[in-house]
Order: sequence, then C-alpha cells, then structure tokens
Amino acid sequence: MIMFLIRRLCQALAVMFVISVIGFAIQGGLGDPVQQMLGPTASEAESTTLRHSLGLDQPLWAQYLHFAGNAVRLNFGNSYFFHEPALSVIARYLPATLELVAASALLTLVLSVPIGVFCAIRPRSWPSKALMGLSVLGISVPVFLSAMVLIQLFSIGVQVTLFPADTQWGNWLNQLLSIEGGMPAYGRGNPVHVWGVWYTNFASLQGLVYLLLPALSLAFVMLPLFVRLIHAEMLDVLESDYVKYAKARGLRPSRIYFLHALKNTLLPVVTLGGVQIGTLVAYTLLTETVFQWPGAGLMFLDAIERADMPLIVAYLMVIGLMFVVTNTLVDLVYRLLNPRVILTRSVA
Amino acid sequence: MALLEVEHLEVCFPSRDGEIRAVRDVSFTLERGERLGIVGESGAGKSVLAFSLLKLLSRPGRIVRGQVRFEGRELTPLSDRQLRRIRGNRVAMIFQDPLTTLNPVLTIGQQMIESLKAHRRIAARDARILALHKLRQLQVSSPEQRLEQYPHQLSGGLCQRVVIAIALLLDPDIIIADEPTTALDVTIQAEIIALLRQLCDKHNVGLIVISHDLGVIGQLTQRLLVMYAGRIVEQGPTREIINDAQHPYTQGLINALPQMTLPRQRLAQIPGNMPTLSRAPDGCAFHPRCRYGFTSSGQPRQDCRERVPGIIVSGDSQVACHWVQELIATAPVEEDMP
Repeated sequence: MIMFLIRRLCQALAVMFVISVIGFAIQGGLGDPVQQMLGPTASEAESTTLRHSLGLDQPLWAQYLHFAGNAVRLNFGNSYFFHEPALSVIARYLPATLELVAASALLTLVLSVPIGVFCAIRPRSWPSKALMGLSVLGISVPVFLSAMVLIQLFSIGVQVTLFPADTQWGNWLNQLLSIEGGMPAYGRGNPVHVWGVWYTNFASLQGLVYLLLPALSLAFVMLPLFVRLIHAEMLDVLESDYVKYAKARGLRPSRIYFLHALKNTLLPVVTLGGVQIGTLVAYTLLTETVFQWPGAGLMFLDAIERADMPLIVAYLMVIGLMFVVTNTLVDLVYRLLNPRVILTRSVA
Repeated sequence: MALLEVEHLEVCFPSRDGEIRAVRDVSFTLERGERLGIVGESGAGKSVLAFSLLKLLSRPGRIVRGQVRFEGRELTPLSDRQLRRIRGNRVAMIFQDPLTTLNPVLTIGQQMIESLKAHRRIAARDARILALHKLRQLQVSSPEQRLEQYPHQLSGGLCQRVVIAIALLLDPDIIIADEPTTALDVTIQAEIIALLRQLCDKHNVGLIVISHDLGVIGQLTQRLLVMYAGRIVEQGPTREIINDAQHPYTQGLINALPQMTLPRQRLAQIPGNMPTLSRAPDGCAFHPRCRYGFTSSGQPRQDCRERVPGIIVSGDSQVACHWVQELIATAPVEEDMP
C-alpha cells in the first residue's frame, strides 16, 4: 500500500516535469507578452525595461530553471495580466470549473448506469435499441454543437408553426411542440458564498438552474461513451458462469442484475471514469466558452490570448496534477470493488 | 411416479443457417436417490439437456417439444417466477469450473447466505450458522474464515466443496452436476466424487452427472445415458454398459479409454468427428463413423442412412441402433453376441 503510493508519487513528479517542460517550450509560439501588455505604441526603451524586469531577456533554459525552482515552492510567478500570483488566480476560477465537472460527472453516472443496464437486460426492446442508436449519435456530436442545441431548445425556445394555427388542433399541436426556453445560458448567476472562500451553485435553486444547461452539455461528452461501455460490459457479464449460476440458484433477477452483474460491470467503468474526469476538465474549455461560465477553462483561453505565460503553465500544472490525483484515486476505489487487486498488490 | 420424468424433449437454437436441434427426442427418468450419468463427446448436447431441465437455456435456445415433469408437475409451461422456487431450492446445480462459478467480487459467505435467503425466511445469523454447518459437513477447513474470503483466495477443490455445500444448503431433491470434476486435478477429483456419492446417499438426493469422462461416470453413477448428436443412443445400468456396450458408439468410447494392462499402445479412436448439429446426417447420426454400417455382404446398410433407429430393449439396456436390432432379430436368444 505504502509502496504503491510512493511509486505513484514518483510517477506524478515525472508527469509534472514533462508537463512543465512542454508548457514552457510552447512559450515562444504564443506571441510577445511585453507587446501585449504595453500595446503597439510603446517605445523600444519601455519594452526593454519591462522585458528585463520580467526576466524575459534571459536564455530559455535559464528561464526554465528559474521557473522550476520557484515551482517547487509552489510559486508560479505573477500573472502578467492580473499582476498577482498565478496560483491564486487559478484558485479563484477553479471552483466554478470543479462544480461544473462534478455536476456533469454526477449526471453522467446517474443516467448512464440505469440506461446501460436496461439496454443490456432488454437488448431486443425498442427503447433500448433507440437508446443505443442515440448513443452512437451522441458520441459523434461535438460538445459545442450539443451546447448550442441545448441553448436553442431550452434557453431561446422553439416556436413551432408547422401546423395551421387557425384550427384548434393545429394550435394545440403547435403549442405542444413549442418550447418556451428561458433557462439561463450565460454565466453562473449569483453563486452562494459558503465556507468563507467558496462560491457555490449547489446551495440554491437559482444556482442549480444556472448550472443545469452547462452541466448537461458537458455530460453529453461522456454519457454516450459510458452507456455503451456499461452496456457492452454488462452483456459480457450476463453471459458469464457466475450469472448463470446465480440464476440456477433461484436468486431474484434484481439481485442478479444489480449486485452480481453490476458490481463486475463497474470495474472497467471506474477505470475509464477516472481517466475521463481529467478529460472532462479539459472539455470545460469548450463548455465554458459557449456558456461564458467563469471557470478555469475560460480563464485559460483568455490567458492564451494574452500570452500570459505564468498563468498558462500554472494551469497546465494544476490540470496535470488533477489527472494524476484522480487516476490514483481510481486505483484505490478499484481495490474496494475488486478484491483480487488487493491480493496481487500486497504480495508484490 | 418417478421424481423426474423427461419425455420426448427437443431443444432448438434458431440460427441464421437454420435451426440447430441440440437435444432431440430425449426421454429418461430419475428416481429419488438415484445417481444418473450422461456421457458423450463435447457438443453432444449433454449440457444443453441439463440446462433445459430448469429452463436455464441461454438465448435463443428454447424447448420446442416434450415435457419435463418434476414430482409429476410439468415444468416447461412455468414462468421464470414459478421456476425460481424450484431452482436452487428443489433442484440444485453444480457447474464445471468452481473458480468461474462463484462470483469473484462477493465473499463465500455472501453467496451462501443469499442462496438461503432467496428461498427461506431466515435471519442472517441463522443463515450463517447453517452455512457454517454445511461447510463443516463438507470438511472445509476453518469454515468461519472461509465465509469472509473471496473465491480467488480458495483452491479449486475447496471452491467446488463450497459449491457443493451451496447445492446441499436447501436440502434439494435433485442435484444436477455439469462436469463437476473436470476442472480439478485428479486427486481432488477422487475426493469430490467420493463426497458427492456419500452425500447423495445420505440425503437421498437424486444426482444427474454430466461428463465426458467415463471414469468419473463409472465411479459415481448407477445408470447411464449415452448421448450422440443430441440423441440418447444407449441407456442402462452403468456397469452393464461399461462391461458390455451394445451401441457401436458406446463401444468406441469405451475402447478409447486407456488400458493400464496394455501400456505403450496407441489409444483406439473412433474415426471421424461428431457432425455439427445443424448438419446432422439423415438416418442414424452415427452412420458415417460406424463400423457396422455395412451388411454382411459388404453393402452399405440402407436403414442406417435413411431411418432414425428406434429404441430397442437389449438385456437391461435400451439401444437405438439398426445393427443391434438386426442382431437380436436374427440371433437365437441364448447365444452370446459376437
């Protein structure tokens, strides 16, 4: 157990190192921060002074060493734009992103397990065929499209005028098919301030309403994938000897499906799920842009536009860290689900 | 009335190239406390037959004809809900590989107790006591500890003991064991066989053992069915069949057993392979491989190619073979068969 954690820590450090190098190496390609900060009218002398004060006149490797030395002390330097430590800028924006990710992960979980299980238990019924078909569509639709469709449907609304409005039935059908919209699709409303530092959308109804559309559109990234995975795994497990044996013992179907089969099905799902939480964070770039959700993704895009190097690198490091942490957590959860892992690891 | 009566049972698997008839016109009975063996090559339909008795066939297999009566009660029209009361409770099953039979993510105790709770109103504590009792009866060492363990922490032999303990947990009338010793090594095999024999005798349980291993069947059963391509080709007392097989296929099977007295000799084989069930030949399914498919004058025997042989009684056994039928018809009764 302890060996496992130590090994994980070493891997994490290696990953972080590679991320920081890559982050730093792309610096040259992002434009000149000095010019961005001073504007096109600045004189040569002004920019030279600023360049020197920011340390940008030194060779790249020296800049990296300087950076790495500070990074070890969790000092990623001041954001060029915000003029405050990059980490505290991220700390300000990250909660919004984390809430978005948590909400959509929750939605994915709550929806995909029942759908996947249902489709596996009743593979021939029309709803499960329809759901499996939709899931293929869902995998292929990019997040910005699903986000815009959601906005059109539930925020702007759809006025159907397909049927003749002068007849009663036409009017009724038009009304029935029209969607009023009105769901907020911009920003996160007025999040409630809790625990001194955290602004949350979870603590009020209004907050949840603001959260719903962005979370849903982000959930559409993973939902089809998970439905398909759970469906495929479940079909496999249902063919296994232990499920047949459970049937032969006369157990109730609910127990066979939701204990015997589902617990085995969840093993690969947890693995994928953990990896995908990282991906979900990455996808918030798109979702946050479409919904103007004031999170770290939006901040990161702005930082790229401003060539705000310390902020970019700090963001990459934080996201990298999140990947590593979630993957480690997944391994730990996996052990809870799968007793066989404990044995092999503790022997090793 | 026999405990279990199977009459003209037919099981079909619809597939793209026509129906596959895995079990064809199978009839047999099992008495209370009797130990019955079903033997045959892989693909002869033994397991399908066993699973069809409790309607546990995997999709798309289904019973298309025939009856299965348990204590006189017809099982084939029953719903899953009604069958659930019988499965595991009155008729228990033991599967081939104990390591894949038990659910890998649930403890032995959970799986034993859930079996009890599925059929009895019983408190968890009492169920635990009963489970411990059964494990002790099966000579499982340190049973308290086993209840907390997962299947992968137990050896194959120990797992199979647990599976047998689960089968006996609810005092069933019949145990169906599908290749119960195939996945175990030989010393463990002998132990499990002895245990099954002893327990079935003690509790007066009817046992159906499915195996391709005549050694196992010989030690464990009193009566034997020989299956070939979905049909029963011979049935009778196990000792009778092993000592004096009538059907050419059964003879071939017994000749193929290694002989301890004749070491370093090639094993006798039955030439050819069993036909795939979707393309079983007309007439007797065994005729392309049969030594006796020719009349004394060397002509191919027409009957074998055209008609499915009926069942004829020969001594204590029943055989489905045109050749045997002809022998019995022509030979004087007193004379020994060639």
